[in-house]
Amino acid sequence: MTQPGTESWRDVPAGGTVLLPGSTERNLTGSWRTKLPVIDFDACTHCMICWVMCPDSCFKTAEGTLQSVDLDHCKGCGICATECPVKCIEMVPEERD
Amino acid sequence: MVDTQERPASGDMAAPATSTAIAVNGGEAVAYALRQIEPEVVAAYPITPQTLIIEKFAEYCADGLVRTEYINVESEHAALSACVGASAAGARAITATAGPGLALMFEMLGVASGMRLPIVMHLCTRALSAPLNILGDHSDAMAMRETGWVMLSGSSPQEAYDLALVAQTIAEHPDVMLPCANLVDGFMVTHAVERVDVLPDDVVREFVGEYEPETSLLAEGSTATYGALDFRDYYFEHRRQQEAALYRSQPVVEEALKRFGEISGRSHKIIEPYMMDDAEVVLVLMGSAEGQVHAAVDAARDAGLKAGALRIRLLRPFPTEAVAEALSGARVIGVLDRAIGFGSVDNPLLSDVKSALWDQSARPLTKGFVYGLGGRVVTLGQFNQAFDELRTVLETGETPGDPTYLGLREDGEVPA
Amino acid sequence: MTLKLRDLTLLDDGFESGHGLCAGCSESVIVRQVLLALANEPVVALATGCLEVSSTRFPDTAWKVPLIHSAFENAATSASGIEAAYKALIRKGRMADRPMTFVVFGGDGATYDIGFQWLSGALERGHKFMYICLNNEGYMNTGIQRSGATMLGAWTTTTPAGDLVPGKPQWRKDMTGIVAAHGIPYVAQAAVHHWKDLMTKVRKAEAAEGPSFLNVFAPCDRGWRYEPEDTMAVSRLAVETALWPLYEIVDGEYKLNGPRHKSKPITDYLASQGRFRHLMRDREPGVIEDIQANVDREWARLRARCGLEPEVVKEAPVAASAD
Repeated sequence: MTQPGTESWRDVPAGGTVLLPGSTERNLTGSWRTKLPVIDFDACTHCMICWVMCPDSCFKTAEGTLQSVDLDHCKGCGICATECPVKCIEMVPEERD
Repeated sequence: MVDTQERPASGDMAAPATSTAIAVNGGEAVAYALRQIEPEVVAAYPITPQTLIIEKFAEYCADGLVRTEYINVESEHAALSACVGASAAGARAITATAGPGLALMFEMLGVASGMRLPIVMHLCTRALSAPLNILGDHSDAMAMRETGWVMLSGSSPQEAYDLALVAQTIAEHPDVMLPCANLVDGFMVTHAVERVDVLPDDVVREFVGEYEPETSLLAEGSTATYGALDFRDYYFEHRRQQEAALYRSQPVVEEALKRFGEISGRSHKIIEPYMMDDAEVVLVLMGSAEGQVHAAVDAARDAGLKAGALRIRLLRPFPTEAVAEALSGARVIGVLDRAIGFGSVDNPLLSDVKSALWDQSARPLTKGFVYGLGGRVVTLGQFNQAFDELRTVLETGETPGDPTYLGLREDGEVPA
Repeated sequence: MTLKLRDLTLLDDGFESGHGLCAGCSESVIVRQVLLALANEPVVALATGCLEVSSTRFPDTAWKVPLIHSAFENAATSASGIEAAYKALIRKGRMADRPMTFVVFGGDGATYDIGFQWLSGALERGHKFMYICLNNEGYMNTGIQRSGATMLGAWTTTTPAGDLVPGKPQWRKDMTGIVAAHGIPYVAQAAVHHWKDLMTKVRKAEAAEGPSFLNVFAPCDRGWRYEPEDTMAVSRLAVETALWPLYEIVDGEYKLNGPRHKSKPITDYLASQGRFRHLMRDREPGVIEDIQANVDREWARLRARCGLEPEVVKEAPVAASAD
């Protein structure tokens, strides 16, 4: 998770209030993954079931069509592959260096 | 020994002509202040001896005299929880409680201070269970000392009213932003009907102003997250910052009391000395026993003892330097505790006072007294006894380690 | 307004990725659906729990809407205070009158157990807020302990499956019914896999004139011992077995929203999770029968409340016991 900053105790936001909306985005939870969702876009109907059922908001869309998976954050749970009505998502083993 | 010091008349400044004198008990005096402050939210749960405050305030709400949302919560924990939510939402939020109610709130006391929310609580001091006891002592207030609140203590319905107003400006001061408690002695102040000089509504409203936080849950475009998990990487920094804010509140308290003196003619200080200029033997106390202690000082002086008294008005942050300075000429100091600090080196107030004196080059002798637990009747005779014992300490130069329990039935003795 | 997923993708859901919830967790799915369904600006109050510690860790937050957490048991009271502040600040002319919705998320521990009194008080006082129970049937944040929502026979770390006691000895509290007894305008049960039903209910709850309560079935792959990809499948099984019927109570009137008939025996559900493995190993056939009897009893009662005829049982879902 996020490394602490170097700021003095005098300079941290009072009361622990977080003033950085959505800042967890910088936590790259993709590193948790052991399996990777691969989408067959030829078969995809853009029904958006994967989008609505993703616990990590990883399905990126534009104007109502599915564009990509955010692999920086995808934890590889595989709900998308299980729930896809046309089975166009396959979970494949993650290969890391 | 000759008593060389003039005895002051009560009240050292004339009240402004605009004040109105009313006869109310301490609870109603606080409620009157609440009406004038007109906070956005009051959340409270009935408990003796605090109910006088919320019943009176409920009448103000029912009669449309305030635009406050009065939340009749289902417990004291919920009372302070609702205040936390309301305060984070940008509202001025006030609660009131006593003894066991404070104990039930305990978790939220630290939440309110840790989240830096300027909630004000009127604590009608009461004994803690068990055994069950609804009457006054300081067990609850003393158990609250290390929860991060600014704590003010009065001795009369007038002071309950005055400090209710002052507390508001201290808590919300940008240098402080901490909750503040106004300690109102249960029954001895809450239920004592006295003359209270109240300020005009417009004067009070100008004095307390409005609460204008930098951020809030309800502010337009707000995205603040309040109350996040704070782990080993930041918790320490936040606690240090909170501690600094509490110590920083002392000059804010002094300034607020001064400013209040200018509008009211009542110049309260963080400590209240009585006959201290040449005092060699001093009783230190907090709260409503002041009148009897002063009478005992007078009696001791009549008997040739250079006696004095010092009342602590600011319990937290403890005014260490002011107390040490005020006691610097004393040779024997007795400290009156209306609570027991079970298993501690000393009872709570004695412990604070002794710590404040530790760095003095010539440390005086000290002696502890416990009095008035669970509403045990407090008498002049008890404080006369205290001065008698302190005189012995002065003469012998020896102080017994154990405290004296004033008004306690001992084997075969009838208490003073 | 009809709910179409493609339209919803055009919205910002207010909850960012990078949070620390487990892979396959249902809670963030529910949160996203709730936030997407709201018409008004939300303020969120959280109870302590998995969602809170995983989504708000200083200096970060997953949330892009204002949020407060103060303790475990009192999130409904946080909402009470916020709603009171909202009304008073508008009344005093200190803030513009703009429509806002106050949403609480609490787990079943926060809802059924430790925060029960706080929730009841807030419901009784009639604050206008929406309470979402993320019901994963246990204290998952502290390491899978039993709660008042944990079902009979389930393994948890405080109801281990031992030689003498086979998992949790008690059934579960009917929290939805208890909340409904407060007479609030909108109460419903929903489940994570049925996004349309859940989001429709969120909209109804938001429109209600007073408090609303959604008890949302939120499977936990870590605590229930199933593979992360099966979260929706387990949720679906709970509805199909009538363990978790989808229904709503609008101004006291019950209405079934999900299937009208139980289509699967409870053993199908039990077999899907490791927390019931000890039961399925046939060590405790009596417990399985007890579970089925409890499901059947509640299902029959719910159907009656919804004005439906008793269901004809076509087959015994579990093998008959020795007697």
